[in-house]
Amino acid sequence: MTTAAVPKARSRGDYAKIIGLIFGVLVLIGIIYGYITNPVTTTAVLASTLRQSTPLVLGALCGLIGERSGVINIGIEGQMLMAAFIAFLANVYTGNLFVAVLAGFATGAVLGAFLAFMSVTLKMDQIIGGTVINILALGLTSFFYQTGLTTQGKMQPIPLGPLADIPLIGPIFFDNPPITYTTLILVMLVHYVLFYTRWGLRTRAVGEHPSAADTVGINVFKIRYINVIIGGGIAGLAGAYLTLEAVGSFERAMTNGRGFVALAVMIFGKYTPFGAWGAALLFGFATALQTQLQFAGQLEIPHQFIGMLPYLLTIIVLAGFVGRTRVPSAVGKPYEKE
Amino acid sequence: MTTQTDSKANISQWLMVFWRSAAVPLVAVILALLVGAIILLISGANPLAAYSALAKGAFGTPIAFGRTLEKATPLILGGLAVAFAFKGGLFNIGGQGQLLVGAIVAAAVGFGIDGLPFIIHMPLALLVGSLAGAVYGAIPGALKAYTGAHEVITTIMLNFIAINLTDFMANGPWKDEGIVARTPAIAEAAAIPTWGNIPIGFFFAVVAALATWYLLYRTTIGYEIRTVGFNSNAAKYAGIGVSYTIILTMAISGFLAGMGGAIETLGVVGRYQPGFNAGLGFDGITIALLARTNPIGVIPAALLVGAMQAGSSQMQFDANVPFQIIDVIQALILFFVSADMIVRWIIRVKPEEGEQVTLSTSWG
Repeated sequence: MTTAAVPKARSRGDYAKIIGLIFGVLVLIGIIYGYITNPVTTTAVLASTLRQSTPLVLGALCGLIGERSGVINIGIEGQMLMAAFIAFLANVYTGNLFVAVLAGFATGAVLGAFLAFMSVTLKMDQIIGGTVINILALGLTSFFYQTGLTTQGKMQPIPLGPLADIPLIGPIFFDNPPITYTTLILVMLVHYVLFYTRWGLRTRAVGEHPSAADTVGINVFKIRYINVIIGGGIAGLAGAYLTLEAVGSFERAMTNGRGFVALAVMIFGKYTPFGAWGAALLFGFATALQTQLQFAGQLEIPHQFIGMLPYLLTIIVLAGFVGRTRVPSAVGKPYEKE
Repeated sequence: MTTQTDSKANISQWLMVFWRSAAVPLVAVILALLVGAIILLISGANPLAAYSALAKGAFGTPIAFGRTLEKATPLILGGLAVAFAFKGGLFNIGGQGQLLVGAIVAAAVGFGIDGLPFIIHMPLALLVGSLAGAVYGAIPGALKAYTGAHEVITTIMLNFIAINLTDFMANGPWKDEGIVARTPAIAEAAAIPTWGNIPIGFFFAVVAALATWYLLYRTTIGYEIRTVGFNSNAAKYAGIGVSYTIILTMAISGFLAGMGGAIETLGVVGRYQPGFNAGLGFDGITIALLARTNPIGVIPAALLVGAMQAGSSQMQFDANVPFQIIDVIQALILFFVSADMIVRWIIRVKPEEGEQVTLSTSWG
């Protein structure tokens, strides 16, 4: 606020940019070196990085749309799990993958509406509201789950014509299954909507200062409802990704904490879509590398320690960066109309 | 005459207070069971048959009742862990991890030492296991106090890490002979005995609940913890060391959860084996909120959930209902007890002052 604070903030920003630039150049050199020495493995790891990051990006987008409007969504895990289950069932009973994806999206959106009902209308504690969704999803999916259901298959990669033939970049970006493509588009779309449209401005206003937004005639409740519902739908896509694109079937508790890791990704990405994408790529890279190392059998480390990696990384990221991230001011607080 | 009317007034006043604090949880449980019955109907089961089998499996025989107490024991401690952290303004979802660490360390003390008398060995294993839980709980506390990392995410991450860590220990350094991944059985002197069908560990949990209440409401530390939970800025200006208090709160919370794991090892399972008491973290949240974060209220709340768990296999056997319906009912209890606006609208009981739990301040 004070003038003295401005140069300090700016210099810190420059500092971060320089570090980011150095980091980016190092990553690029690493990739090129890897590609020259071992093109097959490098391409496989990087392509896997993008796919591993997909549910995390979607989860983080869900979280940030909600939090930008002032609602914490700790129920992403449950929204993903329930959507994964319903999308799987839809695939089993209709055999139509497109319908199954839509079912996943709709399931997430319904749970988003439930979260909005709890946190906006009932003014429940938002973290408890999300926890209700997590337990409910775990219970309902386990209760209704039957073993032995099979599907026609899962979604296959669609190569984008000549683009897919570009060395290195082609197989990574232009030869993916549909939800992975959709995720890349969503990152850009959410960025545009959030920062360049009236809706985005209103969302951010409601998340920062709801009473001021209310004074100028913005309907705080409506904005929060719609954001949390759309966010839930995006988390639902992440669930659909798991059953329809990654695994091809449903398993109990198959989300495995991804919904929570997505929240760390959101915070690490400083509540911006592109930031979240970058952060998710880092997590995706850790997972891809871990899988690759396990396959190659090059490591003497017990698999349990390799399995801890994404969770340890989440803690390190939270401990190292959360203090430096600016959180939307009104997040977590139910709005009381005066 | 006057004394008689006084005592009558006292009783009615006391009943009024009891109704005010117990009405919402009671109605919440009834509503949850009703919605659970609807879900059972949708799945094609008979809710009455299911619920009566559940009750039979929980209270029908002395053995069943003993099993209810046995199931309720780690639940009391898990609920206490969550409730205690709530009082300090912290949301400990890491009960699961703290329980696992407490369980495996108690097992290690149980099988690792030989020749100690019961009077030393059992309490030692219980204490060391609980302390291991305390250390594991203090980690997210320290992360919160010094870096601002939100405990909701770090405790969940530490749960996954604990699962991997205990899995590694039971498969590696502390593995029993043979192919099964588990630790050796604990020494007889380390085992917590049962008294007929009644597990003695249950009484340890009840004592822990009373001690937690005393600590919170009758000691300086408890006062400081509650002050930090109520308003950490005010606590700071009052001269309370907020960082220290946060770490202490999480350590005590972890101690309680770790004790739950230690009792389960020493009193029920007799060793550590993977797949041990999964899902306790979420049970603890339901129980703590059903008890309205009151340590004494945790006992009946845990008994209710413990009874459902103890009766669930009977229900699966008699009424052919998957036991996971218990999780659904628990989620519904959590919903109705937290959405007390709905419940209060139905029964018209005004909220008590100062009993609101506020958690979602922000991530910072």
